[in-house]
Amino acid sequence: MSGPFAGFKWLALIRDWSVFAEGFAYTIAVSLLALLLALILGVLFGVLGTSQWKLGRNINRIYVEFMQNTPLVIQIFFLYHGLPHLGIVLPVFSVGVLGVGIYHGAYMSEAVRAGIQAIHRGQLEAAYSQGFKYQDAMRHIILPQAKRMALPPLTNQVVSLIKNTSVLAMVAGGELMYQADSWASTSLYYGPAYIVTGLLYLIICLPLALYASRLERRMEVRA
Amino acid sequence: MIRLEGIQKHFGANHVLKDINLTVASGEKLVVIGPSGSGKSTLIRCMNLLETPSAGKVIVDGVDLTAPKAPIEKVRESVAMVFQQFNLYPHKTVLENLTLAPILIKKVPKAEAEKSGLAFLEKVGLKDKANSYPSQLSGGQQQRVAIARALNMKPQVMLFDEPTSALDPEMIQEVLDVMVDLAKDGITMVVVTHEMGFARQVADRVIFMDEGRILEEGNPDHFFVNPENNRTKLFLSKIIRAH
Repeated sequence: MSGPFAGFKWLALIRDWSVFAEGFAYTIAVSLLALLLALILGVLFGVLGTSQWKLGRNINRIYVEFMQNTPLVIQIFFLYHGLPHLGIVLPVFSVGVLGVGIYHGAYMSEAVRAGIQAIHRGQLEAAYSQGFKYQDAMRHIILPQAKRMALPPLTNQVVSLIKNTSVLAMVAGGELMYQADSWASTSLYYGPAYIVTGLLYLIICLPLALYASRLERRMEVRA
Repeated sequence: MIRLEGIQKHFGANHVLKDINLTVASGEKLVVIGPSGSGKSTLIRCMNLLETPSAGKVIVDGVDLTAPKAPIEKVRESVAMVFQQFNLYPHKTVLENLTLAPILIKKVPKAEAEKSGLAFLEKVGLKDKANSYPSQLSGGQQQRVAIARALNMKPQVMLFDEPTSALDPEMIQEVLDVMVDLAKDGITMVVVTHEMGFARQVADRVIFMDEGRILEEGNPDHFFVNPENNRTKLFLSKIIRAH
């Protein structure tokens, strides 16, 4: 029996399972570090976007608009092919963490900004009236409340972030998509390779997406 | 205690406060009345610099808050404010609302802040709600918690910005009772309100504002019995008929 999904092709994939496992682990590692970076950038730039300080708000806009309106692929190519011309050569793992992290940091900062802006102005005033400084009021009063608002969109961003690490396949990233693709182009068993790869992404992303929609529903009930 | 000197406040083209000069003595109970839009909320919010005056000085306990690098946060620790919309911290329990600022800002030990917090909750009749969240309380209860939160800072001055205006009628009295009770202690109080009964009962002095100016001031007996200014008379006749 032949065809794109022939049994022997699946057997070959199972024999070479470690190729996929390696890619899977690499994807998770890049995703976790990129997520950490994106969250830090998201909170920093989200807070900046709501500050009284006009320059701060402008910096936020430049970052967000620039990142959201250029393709991730170009940003990755810039880090991988562009920076070496400036004498900066980054390992591909760092390219992934930086590229995906900075890109999604922009989206996350929008979610954080919206969360902060949804908090009634009276909260900040109450904190000020008790002697809080801006930073302390943000940390103890505003951000914990904004977190509840921002959690569903942030979780959706995590899903996009994980899927978007697959862009690294275009610069020989070593993550799941690249491993699957290189295995498939050697063996020519594309069918099983992409199905398994898709399922592996689904295994991580689907629970997160379901979690996000549960959070959203809970928010609606509370509101 | 609090001195306002030549305060002007503009919001864009709106001239909200026009050359306000006012001194609040230590221990005084001052009630500010006036029609909405008269600038009375802006005035009280200038006293802790939630609004920055466009010109003039705000001097609290000898400290000029309008000076560059003034220790505004430090002064706010002793000038507590109660808001129309309560502004309790919804993600914190009632007791945490009372202890958060004392612990973080005044560096009061947690056990001590909780002990005094519970005592103030008892004072406002809500000790049994210590572990509830603000959303589980009625408006009147929330405002009493907000008063207890202000008290737990052990302030020298309490500013009340229309504390009963957002409440359902049946809940106004429970809040006023707490404020009357509070007025018996030596604390300085500045109260923006439409509650004339409260003003008569506790005020040492009443000021009437309209269009950004203080038009009349006096002790409540003079004020409510023999108002001199025509606009004061008109305002009082309207508001007393309404009650």
